[in-house]
Amino acid sequence: MTKAEIAGGLDLPRDVYAALVDHARSDAPFEVCGLLAGEGGAFRRHYPIPNAARSMTYYSMDPKAMLHAMNDMDDQDWDLLAIYHSHTHTEAFPSKTDVELAVYPEAVYLIVSLQDPEAVIRAFDIRDGKITERVLTVDGEQAPVGNR
Amino acid sequence: MAIEVRIPTVLREHTQGEKKVAAEGATLRELVADLDARYPGIGQKLLDDDGQLHRFINVYIDDEDVRYLGGIEAPVNDGAEISILPAVAGGAR
Repeated sequence: MTKAEIAGGLDLPRDVYAALVDHARSDAPFEVCGLLAGEGGAFRRHYPIPNAARSMTYYSMDPKAMLHAMNDMDDQDWDLLAIYHSHTHTEAFPSKTDVELAVYPEAVYLIVSLQDPEAVIRAFDIRDGKITERVLTVDGEQAPVGNR
Repeated sequence: MAIEVRIPTVLREHTQGEKKVAAEGATLRELVADLDARYPGIGQKLLDDDGQLHRFINVYIDDEDVRYLGGIEAPVNDGAEISILPAVAGGAR
């Protein structure tokens, strides 16, 4: 398992965690993606966004669906809490591409890995090319971290 | 008449944190020039050295992607709402 410096945490409700895993499994082996809105760091809404690339190794958020989600967040006075996508055959760690294309420094980047039978979600900040990891909890409990 | 522009968080450092600002222009190019005059530096974040929109910047006039409306030369009507959104992409490789 690739590691990064740990700084901070993120807590998700259990149903949201399950929804992210379900979304990832729904289109495997293709990558899925989406956005989470928050308010003061607390989860508010889940927006699954179509992967316009429909690829096993790349995602590109459908621009119009993303526009509608971002405008909805703005209208509700919410913030962009997290950007998530799945890795269907590799670990839940940001790839070189993920780091290069990370342009929302305020968002937590969540990666859902399906490489093992039990899905693993890990949370990262990606700022100026530097990756730090957050401790991900689900309703206050440590989220599954996988066995490698 | 002023045109409302939604500013993404990553560009709000230029707008003193404002998420919606007003600008004027009959085309997107004029609008970006006006925005840059009001909020210096923002134009450079939107346009490349050839004066075209950066590849990873999506701009919408109302609900339409400007790439289908003429790109940076797209006409902008009074009362239109402009949204600027850096693309989100990545992947396992």
